[in-house]
Amino acid sequence: MDLPIYLDNNATTPMDPRVLDAMVPYFVQKFGNASSRNHAFGWVAEEAVDYAREQVAQLIGANEKEIIFTSGATESDNLALKGVFEMYKEKGNHIITMVTEHKAVLDACKHLEKLGARVTYLTPKPDGLIDLEQLVAAMSQETILVSIMYGNNEIGVIQPVKEIARIAHSFGALFMTDATQAVGKIPVNVIEDGIDLLALSGHKMYGPKGVGALYVRRKNPRVKVTAQMDGGGHERGMRSGTLNVPGIVGLGKACELGRLEMHEDAVRLSALRDKLEAALTQLEESYVNGNREHRLPHTTNISFKYVEGEGLMMAMKDLAVSSGSACTSASLEPSYVLKSLGLSDDLAHSSIRFGLGRFTTEEEVDRAIEVTRNAVTHLRELSPLWEMFKEGIDLDSIEWAEH
Amino acid sequence: MAYSDKVIDHYSNPRNVGTLDKSSNKVGTGLVGAPECGDVMRLQIEVDENNVIKDAKFKTFGCGSAIASSSLATEWLKGKSIDDAMKIDNMDIVEELALPPVKIHCSVLAEDAIKAAINDFRIKNGLAPIESEKVHH
Repeated sequence: MDLPIYLDNNATTPMDPRVLDAMVPYFVQKFGNASSRNHAFGWVAEEAVDYAREQVAQLIGANEKEIIFTSGATESDNLALKGVFEMYKEKGNHIITMVTEHKAVLDACKHLEKLGARVTYLTPKPDGLIDLEQLVAAMSQETILVSIMYGNNEIGVIQPVKEIARIAHSFGALFMTDATQAVGKIPVNVIEDGIDLLALSGHKMYGPKGVGALYVRRKNPRVKVTAQMDGGGHERGMRSGTLNVPGIVGLGKACELGRLEMHEDAVRLSALRDKLEAALTQLEESYVNGNREHRLPHTTNISFKYVEGEGLMMAMKDLAVSSGSACTSASLEPSYVLKSLGLSDDLAHSSIRFGLGRFTTEEEVDRAIEVTRNAVTHLRELSPLWEMFKEGIDLDSIEWAEH
Repeated sequence: MAYSDKVIDHYSNPRNVGTLDKSSNKVGTGLVGAPECGDVMRLQIEVDENNVIKDAKFKTFGCGSAIASSSLATEWLKGKSIDDAMKIDNMDIVEELALPPVKIHCSVLAEDAIKAAINDFRIKNGLAPIESEKVHH
């Protein structure tokens, strides 16, 4: 077994070798500019892009004309939010999103606030899911866009997008979703789900980095976004810039593989994830964060009380995982997603995210269980908080010297 | 972020982990930090009749650098007089463990824990606590 074991597939996935095979010819041999209309080099590139566009569209139940290629989900989120605001601001200036969104959405919203947008940031229920009644209460005639992610990157919860879309539409607003973690992992269908705009990324689904797409609905209703990058008018005028042909070919192939293998992957990975989770929650004072029923099949986020996440990760150096603790920053701020679930700071500091992927094996999961168990046990022996807990001291009764 | 070999060594084989009898007059206990900040250190010293620290123990909730800083502190404290122990500076710890700037607060916490333990010992024995006016680097 190669060490460390990669269990951080929500951050990025390794590329599927089949994706690389599909991309290789488009670097040296078929290097044409897809916009070159007057020679074979351009036609070959354009054909490859068109084919990839169909592959992407098919995965999410869209028409290929509705796919805009971008540099990744961050750009797609920015284009959707800023583009919709600019296009529809005469109609209203209100946008609704959630505090658990990715920074690409939150920071784009912060930017729009400076340009006159009013943004409502909904707090999730303690299980990470949106409170639909709160959403309805926040909606108004001024609301032009509701932007709620499909599956959460940190805790994996899947939001009830169909219901959210229905509510948004009943108020005449558009519904956008950042589906970076969901597309290619679970069935996503823009028609059935009622999605007007959707952001996706290549490197979260075994495709290349630096490429993604934005789905923009063309009918019922026809959605328009104002371009945020000016230039040659590529991508139906919504995103200028020479197309990243090898990247797009790779994204297309990744989408095709996702469509064909998603079910099999999901069944296998959820079984492995459940095994990991069952073993680790046998440790005393360990808690799974977020709703366990409506959840991506490959993700679990567990807090191990009385041990600190970064120290824990160091003891788990044979595993590549992610922690809810950010002790490296000056602010010592733990994960805002976990905090919004109502977790106390210390519990948020004590959390580890395990993100399984297509290439994770059962042997690796077994090893991960052993490593994590040993690490938690070791650090609890070192932890004054664990000792106090064992002595029955209420930690909240202590006056901590904050620094 | 890469940890230095010394941090890894102290983290993997922490010295002097444990608990001294905090009700004893010979023992001073310093508990610093806060769970919500992601680090809590408890450092204890046992002082003999000559004001020399004959034993030191710690337990730390925190990152690798915090654990290493407190482990190193206990090593340094053993055999030192109280007066010399007061002179341990957080920058000595930074230097010894090659802590990067984002981890300097771990060394500050260790220094605070030493001073808190000494003051706890002093108060228990009817002495006034020593106010530290040092500005941390």
